[in-house]
Amino acid sequence: MGEPLVIIGNGMAAARLAEELTTRVLGRYAIAVIGEEPRLAYNRVLLSSLLADEVTTAELELKSARWWRDRGVTLVYGCPAVAIETDIRRVRLANGATLPYAKLVLATGSRPIRLPVSGATLAGVLTFRDIADVENLRHTGAGRRAVVIGGGLLGLEAAHGLARAGAQVSLVHLMDRLMERQLDARAAAMLRAEVEARGVTVLTRAETAAIDGRGHVEAVALRDGRRLEADLVVFAIGIRPNVDLARTAGLAIDRGITVDDGLATSRAGIFAIGECAEHKGTCYGLIEPAYEQARILARRLAGENAHYTGSVLATNLKVSGVNVFSAGDFLGRAGAEEIVLTDPGLNVYKKLVIADDRLVGVVLFGDTIDGPWYLDLIRSGAPIAAIRHHLAFGRILAEATEPMAA
Amino acid sequence: MTAPAPLPAIRTTCPYCGVGCGILATPDGRGGAAITGDPEHPANAGRLCSKGAALGETLSLDGRLLHPMLRGTNGTLARTTWDDAIDRIAGGFRRVIDRHGPDAVAFYLSGQLLTEDYYAANKLMKGFLGSANVDTNSRLCMSSSVAGHRRSFGADVVPGVYADLDEADLIVLVGSNAAWCHPVLHQRMMAARRRRGTRIVVVDPRRTATAEDADLLLTIAPGMDAALFSGLLVHLADTGALDRAYMDAHTSGFDEALGRARAIAPDTAATAAAAGLAAGDVAHFFDLFAATGRTVTAFSQGVNQSAQGTDKVSAIINCHLATGRIGRPGMGPLSLTGQPNAMGGREVGGLANQLAAHMGFLPADIDRVGRFWNAPAMAGAEGLKAVDMFAAVERGDIKALWVMATNPAVSLPRAGAVREALGRLDLLVVSENVLANDTVTAGAHVLLPAAAWGEKDGTVTNSERRISRQRAFLPAPGEAMPDWWMVAQVARRLGFADAFAYGGAADIFREHAALSGFENDGARAFDIGALADISDPDYDALQPMQWPARAPSPLPACGERSDRSAERDDPGEGASPRMRRQESPSPRPSPRKRGEGEDSRLFATGGFVTPDRRARFIAVAPPALRTATDDAFPFRLNTGRVRDHWHTMTRTGKSPRLGCHLPEPFVEIHPDDAASAGVTHGGFARAVTSHGACVLKVAVTDSQRRGSLFAPIHWSGETASSARIGELVVNATDPFSGQPEAKATPAAITPAVLPWAGFALSRTPLAFPAGTWWARVAIAGGVGYLFATTAEPGHWAEIARKMFAGRAHAEYVEPGLYRLAAFTGHRLDGALFVGPADSTPQWDTVRALFEGETVAVADRRVVLSARRAGGRDAGALVCACFGVGVIAIRDAVAAGACDVAAIGATLRAGTNCGSCLPELKRIVARELKAAE
Repeated sequence: MGEPLVIIGNGMAAARLAEELTTRVLGRYAIAVIGEEPRLAYNRVLLSSLLADEVTTAELELKSARWWRDRGVTLVYGCPAVAIETDIRRVRLANGATLPYAKLVLATGSRPIRLPVSGATLAGVLTFRDIADVENLRHTGAGRRAVVIGGGLLGLEAAHGLARAGAQVSLVHLMDRLMERQLDARAAAMLRAEVEARGVTVLTRAETAAIDGRGHVEAVALRDGRRLEADLVVFAIGIRPNVDLARTAGLAIDRGITVDDGLATSRAGIFAIGECAEHKGTCYGLIEPAYEQARILARRLAGENAHYTGSVLATNLKVSGVNVFSAGDFLGRAGAEEIVLTDPGLNVYKKLVIADDRLVGVVLFGDTIDGPWYLDLIRSGAPIAAIRHHLAFGRILAEATEPMAA
Repeated sequence: MTAPAPLPAIRTTCPYCGVGCGILATPDGRGGAAITGDPEHPANAGRLCSKGAALGETLSLDGRLLHPMLRGTNGTLARTTWDDAIDRIAGGFRRVIDRHGPDAVAFYLSGQLLTEDYYAANKLMKGFLGSANVDTNSRLCMSSSVAGHRRSFGADVVPGVYADLDEADLIVLVGSNAAWCHPVLHQRMMAARRRRGTRIVVVDPRRTATAEDADLLLTIAPGMDAALFSGLLVHLADTGALDRAYMDAHTSGFDEALGRARAIAPDTAATAAAAGLAAGDVAHFFDLFAATGRTVTAFSQGVNQSAQGTDKVSAIINCHLATGRIGRPGMGPLSLTGQPNAMGGREVGGLANQLAAHMGFLPADIDRVGRFWNAPAMAGAEGLKAVDMFAAVERGDIKALWVMATNPAVSLPRAGAVREALGRLDLLVVSENVLANDTVTAGAHVLLPAAAWGEKDGTVTNSERRISRQRAFLPAPGEAMPDWWMVAQVARRLGFADAFAYGGAADIFREHAALSGFENDGARAFDIGALADISDPDYDALQPMQWPARAPSPLPACGERSDRSAERDDPGEGASPRMRRQESPSPRPSPRKRGEGEDSRLFATGGFVTPDRRARFIAVAPPALRTATDDAFPFRLNTGRVRDHWHTMTRTGKSPRLGCHLPEPFVEIHPDDAASAGVTHGGFARAVTSHGACVLKVAVTDSQRRGSLFAPIHWSGETASSARIGELVVNATDPFSGQPEAKATPAAITPAVLPWAGFALSRTPLAFPAGTWWARVAIAGGVGYLFATTAEPGHWAEIARKMFAGRAHAEYVEPGLYRLAAFTGHRLDGALFVGPADSTPQWDTVRALFEGETVAVADRRVVLSARRAGGRDAGALVCACFGVGVIAIRDAVAAGACDVAAIGATLRAGTNCGSCLPELKRIVARELKAAE
């Protein structure tokens, strides 16, 4: 038997870590995965598609039961871990069982935030985090009036899914534009138009004052006095790293579980990846950093020398037919230059931010196919002077014309 | 389904240069026509140059003047009736003549008019209005050749024929860029060179395209041609190369001419020094000329456009007279005329210093023409030649002017001053094809819509005295009418109905032919009396023919019969009665074959048109340019044509093909001069003379002589912001011909800083902000502009959005770059690109998209890069993480990928966040099913 390695959390980061590890050093570790949800690991990114009825629950499954079995992974799901006994390297589960570990990986993810307003716990006030939430939403929302609070990535996906599922959806957002942390004003306006064209009513600069209802939600009251009748309210205002276990175990916590470049926590033998981890002051809420961390950690656990140095964020909105991409310092800083390409006829907007002859940020709307290439350029910091004038037109054209003068 | 029967091809002639190529025009029934060279026309035997071949692209009615217009009291031109327009003209001319006398009115004509138009206008002015103020843009073109011919031969006669170029062993091209300006003749020269080893000597201050194919290039100092040919005359005399027998029998004045030549260029070394040439090159040329009997000296604007142009022509003719090389196969001086019907105008007498039909202002001539015309008010003396005519307009002495088929506000020396003066006339009448040109916008009071090439009927004469028919193959659009008709209408309104009762061009041609033979008796070389009775059908069927064509006379002039029979090996067409009118339909003359014109060479055995029938050697003046350079204007500004444009581009400017060659007005400068002037290739420069300034694109080239600049003449206020080169040209003229020295104006050049440049494409003409440098270029389906500016690209966003208001704007903005593409649906309807002047993208790709019907999405995505999409569009995005589109996935399935794992292995699609996996699965399944 291999060295016992326990992963707490059965989400996407955990599944990727198991995959990376079993690919690299199959048999070296006896892997056990402890999941709170009563199902195999699934693709959370597809929840809005599930809500929109574009995919089935089965299609969300990341790996089949057979896949896990073939790799000798012990799956413990539907039963949360309740404590980590760090001194004796043992994890205790809710059902009283214990699992010893040589290495422990925390991949506990995050929990959705609810606004601290009155009525936030009324029936019909939901979040959008897991399959249970989706089932609730589908159960409650179809053909009815829904208010989604929060105009970020998650709120947009929820609103889209609900609208596709037949609800009359209002999207309430505190800021003056949608996805303000990922989009500039122009892209946000285009996004708003796209979302509205899909039947979602968008209210910006709208602060939720209270949720009204007797037992069940009836309306959302806004600070400016507006009142939105609602049969269903979804909080999509953000997430908070799930650090409860780590905290009780005495691990160093800031916002998330602090990890170093080796993804190690403050306690030997314990690591953290994904949304629960905080690296150099940053908690990531997207899948790609989680996968990157899983890959780095797997390499380290396989004996390689690998370091996680942080992720350059790229945002892809997963709303079908709406292509939005942003990465890096897309708002630009002092001394940065912008290249902007627009074609309203194609509903395309591209903004590239350049500083010191390097691409530092990008916002794409409508035509996002070159997003990953831009992300590579941002990450690599490669000089782009030679292709500067072709950059906005995408990789094929830029690389075809690279040797030529502008 | 059967195609409509093709319309028959119409035989006509090209409206451009003086070669006079025959054309077959096949109307397409939709206002256009297919154009090919007429294989049976002796001038071109089926060949056409780039300009002629593109004539089909110039037939559109865009910008055409379609009805008469009058300037109203509010200053704007408004449509009127022919009746009102004719009234206004007749009344205006009558009032000015009544108040200020006949010399206060003038006609300014064009070498692009047909002979019949010319004849009517000349007759009205010189016989019925009482002034000889009829001049023509031919004055700017070949009047020095006219004067030179008249001085030496006694009449304006080109002795040789084009066939001489086929049979020469040496062709000397003087001041002629024939490769660009007379391309079809140049091709004949090149063919002779290949076939018989004809050597080509080019005498030109520039290393032109013609020089590329020369055996010897003499890059002569500007204005020194007479020194070279004086030196040659001396050399011929000193080496025993003279044809004493010919000189003794048929010439006079040799000793004085040789004496003057010796004073100018006593030997080869002195010639070389005077002409700025290497002595070895000069010696080589002299030896070639002396040793080669079959020598043609062809000359054009480099000789003519000079304040000593007449002397240059004479110096050349002297050498041919001295060797007896004239009028014999492969020999002779050959003036290459610039315009399609400069010769016809000369024959009619449409120059201020000729009366009519090769007659001058001797009392007997005036009397004869007056009787023939039954004219009430014969002009008594020469009128004002072009430059003097416009000086009189400037002074206010001429108050009413009718401009036909030319654009003096562009082409005259000091064109800026001319343009201003035109605006001060009491009455400016312009007969035109176009709604706007610089002369029209100078302040025309009456605009008359003239029938254009392809719509009118008449005759033209080319550089070898060959009269050809121009025939209509399209209906005249709108209310357009032939110029002769307008003249006749005005004449009738003035009370001269009987003298202008023409029913068609044939009526005028018969009268013209009759006048040429009227009391001629061999005294005048120009005689087509044989055609005086030509029937309408014969006129319509008239085959290209050379003059003279005398009517048989029972009483030949003294000596004529013997002289003329001696000057030709066979009777030739001149004596042939076959063109004479016959009662029954005449047998159609069979098509003439190339080379048939040989029989019409003149002067091989003398028979000149002087009283003693001898040619005159001319003692020419020491060559010197009229103006001097100085510190302020250290350069000589040479002007000329480019290959693919004609005059002021009102026709060639419509052809997308022709716009490609040299799309921008430019100035050429030698590299050393460029370095010292601080101008760079591809940059801009301000060319300045004491008369005006232009801003031009700089072309640095060692084909340009040091100390000289060259700029083309074609651009006007309609086609460029600041390239009306005539504004810069000095008005110094030749004392004999009155032709201005258009190729040697003292000039300065300084860099013009226009750091930003770009292009624009539009369906309709655009107006650029003041201060923008621009040049307009024809493109299919619209107008193109190349422009340069001091305004930063960022400023162009607002301008461009206004230019293309009402369309969807795709934009590209980068510090230092601004680009806009305007779409209507999927059609690219406009574009504007601006950026650093030294890295402006080529417009070819955007232009091709603009010229197409619709733009594919893949191309549209990259249109603002000025490049085409490398391959197909990616299709709808499927994998956002790795940027994989549906088309790549389909291709992968087609290449054998049968599940999402295989897709992931080849394209990485779906291997990151996995959110596209369901869609991927569906695509794979669909593709596999489709492939079954």
